[in-house]
Amino acid sequence: MSAIEKVLIARDKDRPKITDYVDNLFTDFFEQKGDFLGKEDESIYGGIALFHGRPVTVLGHRKGRTVEENMACNFGMPGPEGYRKALRLMKQAEKFKRPIITFVDTPGAYPGLEAEMYGQAQAIANNLAEMSALKVPVISIVTGEGSSGGALGIAVANKVYMLENAIYSVLSPEGFASILWHDSARRDEAAEVMKLTAKDLYEFGVIDGIIDEADIFKAIDKQISSALKELDKLSADELKEDRYEKFRYFDEARVNASSVEEMEVV
Amino acid sequence: MTSVVDKRKNKFNRYKDLRENPTELLEPAIKPVKEYDAFDRIKDIADEGTFKEFEFNFPETNPLEFEGYVEKKEALRKENNCHDAIIAGECEIGKMPCVLAVMNKKFMMASMGMELGETFCRALEYAGEKRLPFIVFTASGGARMQEGILSLMQMAKTSAVVKRFKDEGGLYITVLTHPTTGGVSASFATLGDITLAEPKALIGFAGPRVIEQTIGQKLPEGFQRAEFLQEHGFVDAIVRREDMKEMLEKILMLHKNVYEGR
Repeated sequence: MSAIEKVLIARDKDRPKITDYVDNLFTDFFEQKGDFLGKEDESIYGGIALFHGRPVTVLGHRKGRTVEENMACNFGMPGPEGYRKALRLMKQAEKFKRPIITFVDTPGAYPGLEAEMYGQAQAIANNLAEMSALKVPVISIVTGEGSSGGALGIAVANKVYMLENAIYSVLSPEGFASILWHDSARRDEAAEVMKLTAKDLYEFGVIDGIIDEADIFKAIDKQISSALKELDKLSADELKEDRYEKFRYFDEARVNASSVEEMEVV
Repeated sequence: MTSVVDKRKNKFNRYKDLRENPTELLEPAIKPVKEYDAFDRIKDIADEGTFKEFEFNFPETNPLEFEGYVEKKEALRKENNCHDAIIAGECEIGKMPCVLAVMNKKFMMASMGMELGETFCRALEYAGEKRLPFIVFTASGGARMQEGILSLMQMAKTSAVVKRFKDEGGLYITVLTHPTTGGVSASFATLGDITLAEPKALIGFAGPRVIEQTIGQKLPEGFQRAEFLQEHGFVDAIVRREDMKEMLEKILMLHKNVYEGR
């Protein structure tokens, strides 16, 4: 399958949505709304639920299925309020020692007037910083489009997985083609060059595994269960350290000229 | 009719504007011959003769095997006397030792790839180890597209290192200069304990053109400029270039208790 075909599948409006994952993988979901700073952003959906009887915090991008839903949740493009809401839920999870499970599916953070006005950049940066230091297990699954900082803003996790037909990239292929070749029509070519499929990311060492979609909910359930089992062996401080090391050194082999690199002040 | 005096005054004002708002687009006739760059910045900010640049030995990298990327970097290295788009080192500012990092937008718009992210992190970690304040002058077009997902991940990497540095009690100062956008604005640029900005610097997550296309309307004047950000609560102070050193000295001095008996 070509990269652009994957892109189109990842964006397919009939693909399962966050609400489907929550309904099929968890019970007793209690939705939490609002950033408690002045706004509710429907493009982030989240709350507390049970995963095989265990309380967890679950959240993710919400695209919606019908046109009305799409509009209400801004096609899954959060503003700063969405990222702050996500962080509020995650900090609460940390307080009550609940694992955090996030589902990533966004064309990107919203490039809008108000989003800029209220600090889109700062909201995302703050999530990246704060997530890196959480003392509970964090598991992220890219289910559809994982595009740009808008995706990463809820995906700084101990374990990051991708569904086999999901994509994860620095920007949309259209945006990439537009920036580098000044021609957004070359998106098919861009999708190929960008290396944005699950297989590519696994090879880059950016994700921990690829989830088969044949029996999608069962496969995700299995992956979350095994990841939790592994992460439960770590103490709160070890969980934080594990995540820090993961993001600090994921590209170690590419930036170190030798294994015994030492800083030299000349 | 404009008098000769008025004309001269206008001309004078334009020069004054150039000094005060160096980021503004100027008429070609009065455009400075040489653009104020990262090296000029270091010269203006660090106490004379104190800046010692960190030298890291980075291997060449082209993870997407992107056509022309390596050649482009090689050419820019020769032109700009730097290995990538950030220059970092140890120096003194007002006799206060600190680590200073300056982004160089002449190098691929100071977009953030692995080398830039790693340089930033190592410089910050050095400051952490030596218990030194850290100052970064940001300017960037965002993520280094040519490095794909690995450039995106630099956002998480740098933010994690900033968080650790700050949690350990380090003073982290960012100075946002024109333009600071995309992946850099949405990571280490907006995490400062103290956030300064230069007048009229463009600071934002999405570029103005993308926003205009998305919302289908013209953006108001001054949108995403430093003054706009300050008005909305994201900038401590707007500081003119000629006042920058003095301001940094003052801020470092105000944190002297943190670094006493270091």
